[in-house]
Amino acid sequence: MEMIDVIKEPWPWYVSGPLITLVMTLLLFMEKGFGMSSNLRTLCAICGAGGKVEFFKFDWRKQQWNLIVIVGVVIGGFIGTQLLANDLSVNVDESVIVELNKLGLTDAGKAYMPEKLFSIEACKSWKIILILVIGGFLVGFGTRYAGGCTSGHAISGLSNLQIPSLIAVIGFFVGGLIMTHLLFPLIF
Amino acid sequence: MRRLIYLLIGVLFGIVLVKSEAASWFRIYEMFQFKSFHMYGMIGSAVGLGIIVTYVIKRFNIKSFFGSEIIIAPKDKGFTRYIVGGSIFGLGWALAGACPGPMFALAGAGFFPILLVIAASIFGTYIYGLLKDK
Repeated sequence: MEMIDVIKEPWPWYVSGPLITLVMTLLLFMEKGFGMSSNLRTLCAICGAGGKVEFFKFDWRKQQWNLIVIVGVVIGGFIGTQLLANDLSVNVDESVIVELNKLGLTDAGKAYMPEKLFSIEACKSWKIILILVIGGFLVGFGTRYAGGCTSGHAISGLSNLQIPSLIAVIGFFVGGLIMTHLLFPLIF
Repeated sequence: MRRLIYLLIGVLFGIVLVKSEAASWFRIYEMFQFKSFHMYGMIGSAVGLGIIVTYVIKRFNIKSFFGSEIIIAPKDKGFTRYIVGGSIFGLGWALAGACPGPMFALAGAGFFPILLVIAASIFGTYIYGLLKDK
């Protein structure tokens, strides 16, 4: 196989994981910390939230670098799916496909994202809009409360052997397990 | 110049997020069902290697690209905010199937309903800031 064909396949964990470490390391050598959720706070500040709320009263220009990173992530998302992939279907485990079919998500194993949630058509349903908005809200609220997200706690924090990050990651799983195991059957 | 480097680091991160499928809603669901090693292998190898990198930087006092000391700030002590905040985050991560990095990669990939998730996450952060000092 040509190199480009290999790149166009999904990347295995043992390639992706070390590349995530590379991203963190490059940022450290740029004297910055790896943490994507800080951008949500910065975006609040840019929108003028600092006028009313102390938490957003900071010089957001000092966070410009991280906004540039996130712009890069958007571009990377485009390149990765439009230029570096032939087939976007995610080859999840057979038992997962069966479970998701029961929940009415029939494109598991055939798509990158469930059409029931992430197609323009889906956004005509108030229920789906509510699911996306509540999901996003919980991510935004929870990540700031916990002081970081997957990049800040699970990758950088654990790499620096931080107990608070370990507690946060345990929390991520407590929430995630409650949602997928207990709440999904009620929601879908 | 620095800006270009930040942009390129972001591009690399975005490509890795979509190509690893860590940005796929299905992979997050699968992870919380413990049905595949994929996400655990990815996060595990990233952290394993990250521990070594972080240790080496501190142990040998390795300087940044600009010749200064690399400072890795420790997290504030605490328990409740991490477990409660983390759990709230986890509920959202599983429901929307995306955390703050992948959200933006998915926007670039053209899954436009993710823009609702992004807007709501910014709003959630705002509400946290609003309640924080009350």
